Amino acid sequence: MSDTHAQSVAFVRDTAIPPSPAPANAAGPVKWMRDNLFATWANALLTVAAIYVIFLVLSATLPWIFGGLWTTSSLAECREVLQGRSAACFSVLTDRWNQLLFGFKYPVDLYWRPTVAFVLLFVAAAPVLFFDLPRKLLIVTALYPFIAYYLIWGGTIWAPLFALAGFGVGYYVYSHLVHRSFAIGFFGGIAAAIIAWVVGSYLTGALASETPFLEAVPSRDMGGFMLNMMLGVTCVSLSLPIGIALALGRQSSMPLIKWICVVFIEFIRGVPLITLLFVANVMLAYFFPPGSGVDLFLRVVIMITMFSSAYIAEVIRGGLAALPKGQYEAADSLGLDYPQAMRLIILPQALKISIPGIVNIAVGLFKDTTLVSVISMFDLVGMIRGPILASTDWNGVYWELLGFAALLFFVVCYGISQYSQWLERRLATDHR
Amino acid sequence: MTRNHVTLKVANNKVRDTGNSFMTTFTDPPTESFRLSMLLNDTRYRSGTMQAIAAILLALALFYLYSNLSANLKAAGLNISFDFLGSPAGYDINQTLVDYNSQSSNLQAAIVGILNTLLVASLACITATVFGVLAGVLRLSNNWLVRKLMAFYVEIFRNIPVLIWVIIIFTIMTAVLPGPREFRGDNATSSMFLDLFAFTNRGVYTPGPQFTNGFGGAIDWLLVIAVLLASLFATRAVAASADRKQAETGVRPKTLWVNLAIWFVPVIVLLTILGLTWEVPELKGFNFKGGIKIGGPLIALWFALSIYTGAFIAENVRAGIQAVSKGQTEAASALGLRSNRVMSLVVLPQALRVIIPPLISQYLNITKNSSLAIAVGYADITATLGGITLNQTGRAIECILLLMLFYLVISLVISAVMNVYNNAMKLKER
Repeated sequence: MSDTHAQSVAFVRDTAIPPSPAPANAAGPVKWMRDNLFATWANALLTVAAIYVIFLVLSATLPWIFGGLWTTSSLAECREVLQGRSAACFSVLTDRWNQLLFGFKYPVDLYWRPTVAFVLLFVAAAPVLFFDLPRKLLIVTALYPFIAYYLIWGGTIWAPLFALAGFGVGYYVYSHLVHRSFAIGFFGGIAAAIIAWVVGSYLTGALASETPFLEAVPSRDMGGFMLNMMLGVTCVSLSLPIGIALALGRQSSMPLIKWICVVFIEFIRGVPLITLLFVANVMLAYFFPPGSGVDLFLRVVIMITMFSSAYIAEVIRGGLAALPKGQYEAADSLGLDYPQAMRLIILPQALKISIPGIVNIAVGLFKDTTLVSVISMFDLVGMIRGPILASTDWNGVYWELLGFAALLFFVVCYGISQYSQWLERRLATDHR
Repeated sequence: MTRNHVTLKVANNKVRDTGNSFMTTFTDPPTESFRLSMLLNDTRYRSGTMQAIAAILLALALFYLYSNLSANLKAAGLNISFDFLGSPAGYDINQTLVDYNSQSSNLQAAIVGILNTLLVASLACITATVFGVLAGVLRLSNNWLVRKLMAFYVEIFRNIPVLIWVIIIFTIMTAVLPGPREFRGDNATSSMFLDLFAFTNRGVYTPGPQFTNGFGGAIDWLLVIAVLLASLFATRAVAASADRKQAETGVRPKTLWVNLAIWFVPVIVLLTILGLTWEVPELKGFNFKGGIKIGGPLIALWFALSIYTGAFIAENVRAGIQAVSKGQTEAASALGLRSNRVMSLVVLPQALRVIIPPLISQYLNITKNSSLAIAVGYADITATLGGITLNQTGRAIECILLLMLFYLVISLVISAVMNVYNNAMKLKER
């Protein structure tokens, strides 16, 4: 065997052949297309169908968008310029820009106030959303609700000042009582804050001047996208603490408290938001003291907050249930009492698990703020369907307006969901 | 401190004395008398105290709300009464499933509304599932373009309010589709699709089934449903006998043709006996007559809810399929199963366990979101009972309570179904 082999070897290669490049159909874009677009016959058919669909959509919309007019003053003028050509009439957006954003009743010379409040919202939200920013910015966050209220509603400055003072008094009492027990500090703080607010409301009435520095704007004058933002931000931030309380209550070992929370949560989750908005519109006023005249905006905020807190409670309950039992037991064995265990051990972990769910609820809630147009509040959708489409100038400009509303909501909601994904990666402390 | 110490010593002595019965008395029970502060500080009483406080606060709050309510009602000269349900509604509803006219009572209007809600919700559940499953499966396709297109669909529809979608589709229905008169004459600008369907701005007209020698009323349809149910049971019996034969001989008999025959032959025979004909819509006067009219609001709501919820269902389906670990697929292939059997026997049963619960809660969302009907004028329960009836009778509290009760009942029924399913599908750990 071996000598036949030895005789057949006439040439022994002592250097390696230089590697030749891969064939053209197994590398680069061609290979990528073969793998990802035309792997099988069915796949190729799908690709062609998809390209056809994209072509149909783009060929219809792109000329429409890029041929759009921005400067005409009415739809009739728009049609005159276009002369039968199919193109967008975006001038409705430039013409009614302020109405879309602020509603049609907010005083024109006061637009700067909600605008400043909107810009400040980013400053206030930044330290909550991004942990790397200096912690001192949280002071802005804490003060923001009062500043924003004062900017948007105006009127006497004493109302937000005394509201803030009430929180200050409450915190002062809490910090002096909390060493006795958390419950005493907590309830003492709440009681002190309520007393401060009652006193403050009388003082506000006495101190309010006839001509306040910032002119007062009633909340029925607010509308447009501003109303969506106000409802969304207020209700989400109010419903977070309530949702946490409800979730803890539902987990409680005290049957009465547990059942109160269960009934509340299941009732709210069982009915659509529209019925709750009907309640705010026509029914809730019956439950306030006669003659108190709580305005529609506040009633809507109350109902939407109840709605979203029930959903947030369920998300947080999921987070609480997902924690291993060892965490609860470890907290107990360290000798922590219930408030300490919750604050230091359980809630930080449970809330972290719940973040994606909470963000989903927040996005859903922000989208649902458009439903207030059903009870004749003029939010963005209400403005479009009401005053703008009903006006003689712009009767019939559907796609530009609806597309604008859709784009605005898409940008905000997609942005929030992208943030939540970033935060999830950021908070992932398990090593995977 | 010292007393405890002594007790401990005594106890230790006892242990030594009695040998093995050492668990008898380790310490004396606390003998201190009850103090008021123990209500808050002693864990034995604290929960009772908290609950008593909560009960008192709840009672106070309810009393406060009730007294406000009665004071306000008295001031407005109102009372709570459900008599209005029996009085004539006085308004017309253009899309009804049961007999209704403006002389019918408010209760009948509410029933029409309930049926309309259930109709749009069940239609939307079916189509949303189809869209969602298609998009969810295609999002996992190995075709890059299709994957991206489906991701685009999901993100676009999830991030824009459903109300805007309802309005957009309603606008297409009313502002883009041609009016009936454009179908008229020799130089008509629009024509019927396949000469069977008319898409007009007043709604879509489709051919409607008619029984020429049927019994009239709902009996014909009940017969058809009964036959279909019988076919269902028959096919299940066929499948069971095939299972038995496979267990005995190892060879599964072909059941495809038998099943097809069981499904189609009886129903076709029945429909021929009843004399099924299709009534095609025709342009008569200013409008189409005959066939089935599906109103624009219904289509807008149905389609918008389907594509919107379909985007959410797509994500659930994708998550469910991805939740089945790759080892399962590989193990099934290693057993020699072909890829369609791998899908139907191994992957899908496990994925369904993950997909079904969120799917059912999406159905619940569809039912609740169908209340958006009021934005486009579809006469569902919110638009009849909570809209026109409420405005005409002024019975706000009663109407809204009934409305909430209806949705609560639906939600509770759906969650009960979900619980039954979850218990049936729970992983049986032994």
